[in-house]
Amino acid sequence: MKYRVFISIIMIEIIVISGLFITAAGMVEKRQKEIEAKKKIVRVLRLTDLSIWTEARYTRHPSQADWFAPFQDYPSSIEHFPAGSILYPSALSEVERDQK
Amino acid sequence: MIKHLKILEFAISSLWRRKFKNLGIIFVFSLIIFVLSSILLLTYSFKKEAIAVLEGAPELIVQRISAGRHALMPVEYMKKVEKIPGVGAVIPRLWGYYYDISTGGNYTVMAEYSGLKDLVNIMEGGFTGEKGTCIIGKGISDARFAGIGSIIPIIGADGKVRKLKTAGIFTDESRIITNDLIIVTPDDFRDIFNLPDNMVTDIVVQVYNPTEVDNVARKIKKILPDTRPITKNEILRTYDTLFDWRSGMVLTMFLGAILAFIILAWDKATGLSAEERHEIGILKAIGWETSDVMELKFWEGLVISSLSFLTGLIGGYVHIFFFGASVFSPALKGWSVIFPEFHLMPYINPYQIVVLLFMTVIPYMAATIVPSWKAAITDPDVVMRG
Repeated sequence: MKYRVFISIIMIEIIVISGLFITAAGMVEKRQKEIEAKKKIVRVLRLTDLSIWTEARYTRHPSQADWFAPFQDYPSSIEHFPAGSILYPSALSEVERDQK
Repeated sequence: MIKHLKILEFAISSLWRRKFKNLGIIFVFSLIIFVLSSILLLTYSFKKEAIAVLEGAPELIVQRISAGRHALMPVEYMKKVEKIPGVGAVIPRLWGYYYDISTGGNYTVMAEYSGLKDLVNIMEGGFTGEKGTCIIGKGISDARFAGIGSIIPIIGADGKVRKLKTAGIFTDESRIITNDLIIVTPDDFRDIFNLPDNMVTDIVVQVYNPTEVDNVARKIKKILPDTRPITKNEILRTYDTLFDWRSGMVLTMFLGAILAFIILAWDKATGLSAEERHEIGILKAIGWETSDVMELKFWEGLVISSLSFLTGLIGGYVHIFFFGASVFSPALKGWSVIFPEFHLMPYINPYQIVVLLFMTVIPYMAATIVPSWKAAITDPDVVMRG
């Protein structure tokens, strides 16, 4: 009865996925304190960005970089930091559009 | 019901007869789902965590721009901003970058005036605000093998070395925001970077009414045309779009996986093997209806695609939330020397999972059924003769 084996495997996988997703929801709830602690550091130190890519100014602080930051070194200089290809450029806000 | 189970049994036996081919398809299909689900889970949880954490960011930051670049701001600007109606406190920020020759890493150096004592629960050690001391992020601590009391040598703008004593280290959990930080006193900051007393890096502007932030930003821009106000909403929007699956390299990986899937489905859809056509012909000849053949192929498609989808999804989840995206890490890291390990919150968007399901399982099943349907409606004799 091969179909029983197949149904069992599928059921086990569904149970594992459901378990992971339910644990994930619980984990997010449980680790809320961690988020609050990080938010507090951000508030106290007045931080603006996540510390992920430290290779260039505009990858370390994407929200503080100027609009033409990837080409900042000289006119028409090409993007050369790998992280620059991972970041997606943000849409300009109304205030930023006014500024531009 | 029994009939359906019998057809399912037959379908699995039929797949098992070509087990190496079908196990290969399941492996490749699972790998594609693994890559796609990893990308979706990673970008979504990154985005959610960034937005949750950066909710604490300042409402309004004002930079000075000179010749198209971020420049130091004279303290007189603060007085002009303070006079704008609706503006509360105007707080200067002192921060900059430091390239450490010994590790090859870039650090973010910040000066902090007060409030750090409230953070004792998220760092080892403490910060008394004493001159010559600093707090460092875990990334710097790891790169320099530094503990509490260790000396961090910093070469100042005058070429002389300042020896900062490590008073505190931010905990591992806060890596995503503090990994490359060095917090020093304002006096030390000015001394290291030779910053005049009348200059600051940028300013934080408190606005009493949050709905007035955009108006205050416009007024600042009008009074001080060489400035660039950045609101918290803009910071949040930057991070909302930053970790997008459409961004360069992620899109490349995403498209690569999608292309691999299309090739897999295309191979199925463009025709059946001679053996499969022969099998359909025999089934028709011994009295199977076209609908039965279709059901057989439906089960075959479902067995392969459901097994692959679930296996790939479990793999993607474990990869991102248990192993911190270790497969993607070398690509994500780029040239960063100080790079955090990810302990991402398992935020999951059910919508994305459902979209992934419909984008992969349904096309694969369609690609399995359609050519079989074509063979099944043809005369068995013609099908068997090829």
